[in-house]
Amino acid sequence: MGADHSSEKKIVLAVASQGGHWDQMMILRPALAGFDVHFATTNKELAARDGIADVAVLPEANGDQPLDAVRCLYAAWRLVRKVRPDTIITTGAMPGLMCLIVGRLFGMKTIWLDSFANSQKLSTSGALARHFASLTLTQWEHIADKDGIAFKGCLL
Amino acid sequence: MILLTVGTQLPFDRLIRMVDEIAATSPIPIVAQIGAGTYRPANMEWHAMIGPVEFDALLAHCTLIVSHAGVGTIVMAQKHGKPAILVPRRAAMGEHRNDHQLATAKAVEGRSGVYIATDKHELASLMGQDLSPPAAAFVNPSRDRLKAAITDYILQL
Repeated sequence: MGADHSSEKKIVLAVASQGGHWDQMMILRPALAGFDVHFATTNKELAARDGIADVAVLPEANGDQPLDAVRCLYAAWRLVRKVRPDTIITTGAMPGLMCLIVGRLFGMKTIWLDSFANSQKLSTSGALARHFASLTLTQWEHIADKDGIAFKGCLL
Repeated sequence: MILLTVGTQLPFDRLIRMVDEIAATSPIPIVAQIGAGTYRPANMEWHAMIGPVEFDALLAHCTLIVSHAGVGTIVMAQKHGKPAILVPRRAAMGEHRNDHQLATAKAVEGRSGVYIATDKHELASLMGQDLSPPAAAFVNPSRDRLKAAITDYILQL
């Protein structure tokens, strides 16, 4: 009775690299509208394009440059510590994976949504992410398996 | 204006070269984002990289998109209601790590406003036509199910 439910709004950290990853996150955005959402990406101007001024920027990283990966992991660590989300959701790629790993260490709920582009198998990042994510989603029904890759639908 | 893009990650000079050759006789001006490619177009305006805000304005103004089969372009073409010709990258030609763009192209082939070309002949033929844009209302129950599943999952204790 008269309880202030606004203080119970879940905090969500939504991470997506520039390009198709971010564009898919923007399709997903309405699904996060009821939460206290904090976005993070690798290109601040992309977020500006979509009217998101308050965005965290993470450095790019891929499997080829170990130093970049370490730098990205450190930035992900600081971001997750700062936002203290209940849930971390990412559409990829590596920077999202880093946040997801950190989030898992802190016992947060973590969602990996593999890109629509990966129609034959999970992405390289996704194959790693599935070991850390509390929910791993593919956008292709035939990729779903009994070991925890789920299919719930696709964005495109 | 026709907007050509190969995304921001990897070069795709085969596509840039094909369109540049077609541009020599094209009555419609073409603007290209060539990304990390090294081929320098001779017959069209080109930029290595165009910022997201400016690129969005070009998407709004163009009459046709020609692109690699990247998910970002497919989403943007839908958003801006523009027809898009997709040319999938081939791993055998060193254009990507694997052939996932072939699969992406196959998955979206036949959707309204989406056209697939695999060589210069097919590309020139499509670029010479008055291609229909995607249908205005994009209804995708699968998308709605996925969004609902994610919302529910976040709400769970």
